[in-house]
Amino acid sequence: MASEHVEAADDISALALKILVAGGFGVGKTTLVGSVSEIRPLRTEELLSEAGQLVDDTDGVDRKVTTTVAMDFGRITIRSGLALYLFGTPGQDRFWFIWDELSQGALGAVVLADTRRLEDCFPAVDYFEHRRIPFVVAVNCFPGARPYGAQDVSRALDLDQGTPVVLCDARDRDSGKEVLIRLVEYAGRMHTARLLDSVS
Amino acid sequence: MTEKPPGDLHDEGSQWYDGEAGPLVRPYAMTGGRTQPGPTGVPFDLIALVTLDPAAPGMDGDSALGPEHRTLIELCRTETQSVAELAADADLPVGVVRVLLGDLLELGCVTVSRPVPPAHLPDERILREVIEGLRAL
Repeated sequence: MASEHVEAADDISALALKILVAGGFGVGKTTLVGSVSEIRPLRTEELLSEAGQLVDDTDGVDRKVTTTVAMDFGRITIRSGLALYLFGTPGQDRFWFIWDELSQGALGAVVLADTRRLEDCFPAVDYFEHRRIPFVVAVNCFPGARPYGAQDVSRALDLDQGTPVVLCDARDRDSGKEVLIRLVEYAGRMHTARLLDSVS
Repeated sequence: MTEKPPGDLHDEGSQWYDGEAGPLVRPYAMTGGRTQPGPTGVPFDLIALVTLDPAAPGMDGDSALGPEHRTLIELCRTETQSVAELAADADLPVGVVRVLLGDLLELGCVTVSRPVPPAHLPDERILREVIEGLRAL
């Protein structure tokens, strides 16, 4: 039976955790993945078939049987048998259905924001808030952008109280690490709070 | 060029395709037209881990396996791989890799881990380990 094979893999207790990196087009998602990943960011392609055609009204692609959406991802090995995978989500709104699959079982998400076009990250914030997926907002401090404080960004995005806002430089490895640490800490707190809620 | 009728395009090794033309094999041709994994029907998560079963039956000369199946087996031989890594390294779309992995699972060549169910985050100990691991990077 195939199900026995599935269970057999649990015996070695290898665990992979998934973190999503979301945000508007060109905000630095792949840069962030690349700065913390131990491997050069890899690219996977997901085929869009019927599901894609429903939302994809771009002219000129109708002759193609399938089209693809690319996702960049990286990996951080914590120890043998425990790895963190980071997935840069496709920036375009029409690929929401890919997000649904990506967010299944995700530990949490990083929403990258650029203060010069903060509205680009609204859809991602909405998405994770509605699905109660723990996320932090990481403000990628582009050179030349007017500096804002975390408080300002939190207010501008109307974030739920407690959602962390971190200022970062997506190109910098230490800065990227800090963002991930804040996310994992926050995901742990959210999880504990929900456990307490469920027993009270 | 223009003097030739379109029907003659294949004559004399005329190359009407090039590197820019993209794949000439429809992706799901590699799966015999199947877009869903076989009867087991478990949709593999992108981070489901695929391990080569040491007790796997000999794969030499198994006609059920195509070249893409063998590529995946080879990639798993050195270490456990996630579905996403397999797709990237084999340069195949994720959907195709899922179908091929379904075949390998049914044949008993590989084991595939289940993803963490949404409601079951890893316990605190694991999360602390992750945080410490990230700090130590």
